[in-house]
Amino acid sequence: MRYDADNIAPDIRVTQIGEDALLFLFTPATVQRVAPSTQQRLWQLTYWLEPQRASLGLIEIVPGMGNLLIRASHKTLLSTIRDLVLTHWPQLPDQDVQGRCIEIPVTYGGAHGPDLDAVAAQCSISSERLIALHSTALYRVYCLGFQPGFAYLGGLDPALEIPRLDTPRLSVPAGSVAIGGSQTAVYPSNSPGGWHIIGHTETSLFDPTSVQASLLRPGDRVRFVVMEGAP
Amino acid sequence: MIEVLRCGPFTTVQDLGRFGLRHLGVSQAGVLDPIATHQANLLLGNDPNAAVMELTAGPLQLAFHQDCTVVVTGVDFTTSISTGKAAAQQESLLPGQPVALKAGMQITLQRPTIPGTRAYVAVSGGIDVPVVLGSRSTDLKAGFGGLHGRALQAGDALAIGRFFTPPRQIPCGIRPLTPSHVLRALPGPNYDAFTPAAHKRFWMQPWGISHQSNRMGLRLNGQALTLNNPLSLLSAGVLPGDVQVPTSGLPIVLSNDAQTIGGYPRIASVIQADIWQLAHLPPLTSVYFQPVTHAVAAQARERQLRYLERLAASLAGND
Repeated sequence: MRYDADNIAPDIRVTQIGEDALLFLFTPATVQRVAPSTQQRLWQLTYWLEPQRASLGLIEIVPGMGNLLIRASHKTLLSTIRDLVLTHWPQLPDQDVQGRCIEIPVTYGGAHGPDLDAVAAQCSISSERLIALHSTALYRVYCLGFQPGFAYLGGLDPALEIPRLDTPRLSVPAGSVAIGGSQTAVYPSNSPGGWHIIGHTETSLFDPTSVQASLLRPGDRVRFVVMEGAP
Repeated sequence: MIEVLRCGPFTTVQDLGRFGLRHLGVSQAGVLDPIATHQANLLLGNDPNAAVMELTAGPLQLAFHQDCTVVVTGVDFTTSISTGKAAAQQESLLPGQPVALKAGMQITLQRPTIPGTRAYVAVSGGIDVPVVLGSRSTDLKAGFGGLHGRALQAGDALAIGRFFTPPRQIPCGIRPLTPSHVLRALPGPNYDAFTPAAHKRFWMQPWGISHQSNRMGLRLNGQALTLNNPLSLLSAGVLPGDVQVPTSGLPIVLSNDAQTIGGYPRIASVIQADIWQLAHLPPLTSVYFQPVTHAVAAQARERQLRYLERLAASLAGND
């Protein structure tokens, strides 16, 4: 069965994925950028669902960009979960989630930020201006994915938006601070990557041996702090 | 303790997988064939989630430094047992046939009868590596879990978990399931965004399995699938079994190590009862997708669960 919008929350589309999962889309299909207010509600919804994992029989609660994937245990009735989310959505408080504010010290440019000057040139600004714009913005963790602890950060100054690399690098070192499209991120571990590397942090983003595992969680605020001195 | 004497590439320690952390970007990992893993653990009286070794290529030679019951499931890797002494006689071991080994004995798995298919080696008590984020599975991409977050190599030592029930004497082994190369699937969230011709191609065409397939996904070759209109999707959570279609138009069936979020259109999802086949679909063979209803998918899964329950019950009756 495929669920279509109904009169409870007509602006939300719900599709079933496979046998056990529902994908809730909270933005119209034509929208290319998620309104911050929508994403804030999404975080509220996630925080409301998290403590109910066991009682509702939910295995995964994965916020995306303006959407939410829920994977339930195979004994859970998906229609119950669907109705629960659709009825709760309009009741969510119209306020921002608490979240935390995390500062990440960054060494910009040099050997650890090889694309800094090229990005600045492409954006028609100086490298100093790029660093200033990148490090003064307050970012939000929209969602995590790609690799453990990799946070898609929204809030990049529009002046710094540039297309991703034509050919992704085969290896981006852990701790690389990068921008791509309208987003910025830190690579938690070595991996291939198609974003422009402008700096580096020593901060560990993901530690599988700690209970918290990921430094960043959906809804957190992030600020990059300029580290002085040569890289 | 088990000592790894020889080891082919991509042999890893896996359990049924790591769940509940996709919102932090943590993949499922875990065995690609949960049925073969269940069979192995049930035969040994283990918890179904006990960690096993997953083999993609041979050889694998193991020396046992303690008494232990062992079983190999999945495809036949031409397995033999020896006492470990020079010029010792070798005895062959069939898949699904548990064998009690004495300390000092060795087991050797050569290579799969069909390259690109997988076998599982389970030991009574399970392989005892540390539990990381709720699982013993190796996350090869992120480099944690299993043994030091990597594939096994010669020289490694693996601890064996404690087992409390003495190994049962099993009169006969159990047969591995044979992959049908037909993956039953349900339409995905972007099914309607594809052209009628693409729908026909998707369900009718034999899809060739690419050499680039791995634990992240099964990459398929064939006539490309086209969209009605270019589609730009916001990133959303994806799951193993989802069939995504990147710009090339050639589908990828996401597997256990796939990333947790994606932005490509999804045309379908493989049903739970057929996901185990992803472990045994070698390059140069082909696979078909077959559309089914949710009712058929639920029935197929129920049948599979009942099979494992019956197997557990019949093995328990052998005491």
